[in-house]
Amino acid sequence: MSAQASTPNAVKGDPIVEVTDLVRVFGDRTVLNGVSFKIYKGETLVIMGGSGCGKSTLLRHVIGSLKPTSGSIKLFGQEITNMNEFELNKIRKRFGMNFQFGALMQSLTVGENVALPLLEHSDVDASIIDLVVKMKLELVGLTGFENLMPSEISGGMKKRVGLARAVALDPELLFSDEPTSGLDPVMTAVIDELTLNLTQNMGMTAMIVSHDMASCFRIASHMLMLGTGELQGKVVAYGTPDEIRADSNPYLQQFIKGEADGPIPLKLSKNEYIKRLMGE
Amino acid sequence: MFSISATIEQMVKIGVEALTMSSLTGFSVGLTLAMQSAKEMAKLGASEYVPDLVCLTLLRELGPMLIAVIVIGRSGSAVTAELGTMKVSEEIEALSVMGINPIRFLIIPRFIAMLLMLPVLTILGDCVAMFGAWLICALTLDMSVATYILRSIEKAGNWDLYVGLIKSFVFAWLVITIACNAGLEVRGGAAGVGKATTNSVVYSLLAMLIANAILTAIFFIVF
Repeated sequence: MSAQASTPNAVKGDPIVEVTDLVRVFGDRTVLNGVSFKIYKGETLVIMGGSGCGKSTLLRHVIGSLKPTSGSIKLFGQEITNMNEFELNKIRKRFGMNFQFGALMQSLTVGENVALPLLEHSDVDASIIDLVVKMKLELVGLTGFENLMPSEISGGMKKRVGLARAVALDPELLFSDEPTSGLDPVMTAVIDELTLNLTQNMGMTAMIVSHDMASCFRIASHMLMLGTGELQGKVVAYGTPDEIRADSNPYLQQFIKGEADGPIPLKLSKNEYIKRLMGE
Repeated sequence: MFSISATIEQMVKIGVEALTMSSLTGFSVGLTLAMQSAKEMAKLGASEYVPDLVCLTLLRELGPMLIAVIVIGRSGSAVTAELGTMKVSEEIEALSVMGINPIRFLIIPRFIAMLLMLPVLTILGDCVAMFGAWLICALTLDMSVATYILRSIEKAGNWDLYVGLIKSFVFAWLVITIACNAGLEVRGGAAGVGKATTNSVVYSLLAMLIANAILTAIFFIVF
């Protein structure tokens, strides 16, 4: 199913994120190979795929941390691939990014981490910032943790602080790299509910990289799968959760059902193994 | 605009926390220099020239160089390790993605702190070294405080102090540039941080020694 097929532009207005024919080559390895998709206002696109398929690389291109080999990336209708840092920083104030391991400033407390975007990009009073920090931490279930250092909290908590920081400025667009990996089931549900609340009730748009299939189907309005092996960096499937479930693509079905046997090459074939062993 | 509070925080880390080490280094260098020169000068019957020799050597050469060595080993390496760790744990990327310029947020405060604190540490190190040298002069040459100070001031001019300060300012610029660059260029996790820290110390020492030779040559020709 093509990435464009199930998103009728006329109904949804201009896309918030538009990626067209994105290619990224590292050395002689093509990590992203002609990726195209659009995300419209209020939608949640979940990017999934096996390890090494290029999910995080795709995310880093969309947030402007990496430049593509070719292709186009538009955020809020503006092409970002040819922007300088100054222009990118203007766009970056409109979105929040939740990193896989939180990426919290280790020298700042949890509260100071959440307050950082507010201090840098707004002129609001310190008492208001304190209030916003408390509210954002409460959203992710970390009330009362503002004075702890990142080294004093668990990995899952860091991830949640990262999410609180990402939404501190109430951005129009949220990027999240594996927001629920390493969290317990209850906290996963809380984060999923928060994401749904942000997108469905507050109109935020989200692009989320995840491996957690239950979580993906819960929060996604659209899903995109990137391939590995022969399909490295290509869009294997795209559609709504129902379309993804109904898709007969065996590659996709193996992935969403988490089956060991299938077309996804997890182990080398006997001939391939002997070839590699003999250095042929 | 860079943060004043972050700059003060870095001044404490780079300068104030290195004060004990710099003082101990200065003290031991002053003692050693005075002991060595007192013995040799006594053979020539020129013991009264010990303060002259110690003062000039410390102000022009040993003070700036040895304090820079301490700061390279202690603060320069710490800056590289801290920035390198921030790089591998995605903190620097997170700053960029939040629209916060990492150069303004992280580098400028460290740069200003180093440019201010290395000359300050050098002056304090010189003072402690002079005190150490006086102890030797007082104990072995029976030299009074007044004689020691007068002889030192008589020989050392303002430019001897300025030469040392110019050197320490140049060393500070070299050390922090190398340290920050090494930290920001870290690749490959914890091993990369270790390698960058070692490189930072080695290149800083090398750059400092070469710069010292060039500056000494310039001052030798000019003055």
